[in-house]
Amino acid sequence: MEKKKSKLSLVTKGFIKENPVLKLVLGTCPTLAVTSLAFNGLGMGLAATFVLICSNTAISALRKVIPDKVRIPAYITVIAGFVTVVQMLVKAYLPDLDKALGVFLPLIVVNCIILGRAEMFASKNKVLDSALDGLGMGLGFTLALTLMGIVRELLGAGTVFGMVITKNLWEPISFFTSSAGGFFVFGLFMALAVKLEIAKAPKDGSCGAGCIGCKMACASAKKEENEGGNA
Amino acid sequence: MAMRLAAIFFSMVLVNNYVLVKFLGICPFLGVSKKLDSSVGMSAAVTFVMLMATAVTWPIYNYILVPNELEYLNTITFILIIASLVQLVETILKKYIPALHKSLGVYLPLITTNCSILGVTLLNVESGYNYAESLIASLGAGIGFLLAMVIFTGVRSRVEQAKPPKCFEGLPITLVAASFVALSFTGFGGIIESIFGAI
Repeated sequence: MEKKKSKLSLVTKGFIKENPVLKLVLGTCPTLAVTSLAFNGLGMGLAATFVLICSNTAISALRKVIPDKVRIPAYITVIAGFVTVVQMLVKAYLPDLDKALGVFLPLIVVNCIILGRAEMFASKNKVLDSALDGLGMGLGFTLALTLMGIVRELLGAGTVFGMVITKNLWEPISFFTSSAGGFFVFGLFMALAVKLEIAKAPKDGSCGAGCIGCKMACASAKKEENEGGNA
Repeated sequence: MAMRLAAIFFSMVLVNNYVLVKFLGICPFLGVSKKLDSSVGMSAAVTFVMLMATAVTWPIYNYILVPNELEYLNTITFILIIASLVQLVETILKKYIPALHKSLGVYLPLITTNCSILGVTLLNVESGYNYAESLIASLGAGIGFLLAMVIFTGVRSRVEQAKPPKCFEGLPITLVAASFVALSFTGFGGIIESIFGAI
């Protein structure tokens, strides 16, 4: 299915068409948790992008070596290795970001975007394509996170990337930087994504709660099949 | 001591609720909160695995990784322990307690990639809890997960009946509803300090 598409489209499809956060509804936990400030969203996005590119490349290169039955633990080990690398780099060079992201930096390991791309893309495609796919998905993730961060920071604190914008004009609405505001803004963003889709193609704009439900069902079925093989 | 444990427990359930305040384990929160029995089943499985994972990872971290100065390997160690633990629990349940396996079984494979499990084990060693405190914190996190799931299932069953604008149908309106549930939990802020004093 990817044969016709150019290398460029492998990267750009992650931005909007298959945006991992807004369209595929993957990686919701960090999306909600770290986007109270735009800078944290950007940092989280870039950290995840790095892990995604590295893990996709490594898994694609190893795809013929990893036995099918133990592929999930093997993928998780590869991903956890790269996450540890990122963790140490961030701790060494960006200690402020490390403090802000806290436990969510190691939790990139269980971010479903990364395992999802390993399973859906890197295990079936060539190394270069997988790296590009990782880049595109990672940038899409970064884009969504940064935008959410900008909106929440602007409304909740009156600043963007720490620069004062509306802070002196009116009282910032602290609801938006609270945890409840995270859910709220995420809901609005998703509605906006659906709205754009409806405007573009009136027929297939009905992607709603069904998506996440079926994805979880798929994941469970896949794992069960995997475990069946083990037992 | 008992006071401190109680304070940790209630702060995990109410103030630092894993789902609504710390945003850990959102995927199952949105995915399986449609029916009451599945949300209770999922929460029970999560609580169980959280306790087991903490019971195993705490000694490994403090008696194997720390003495050898390998703390930086905690992420990779913990996730492998959790993955194998989940597999082990499933196999044991399947063999010896088939009834429980039937009710919890479908949720178990999903739990490996549930960030609340890895999150609770990492946060426990990070906050320097001792063994008993870690176990209580995990129990509290699990019960808090159950509470959030059950409350949200109720809210959601009403939301499903409503007719929002087209673009809000499905997940977006569910997230907005989750936002109001989370808002209600912010009302618990400060309750622990006023009941138990500063921890």
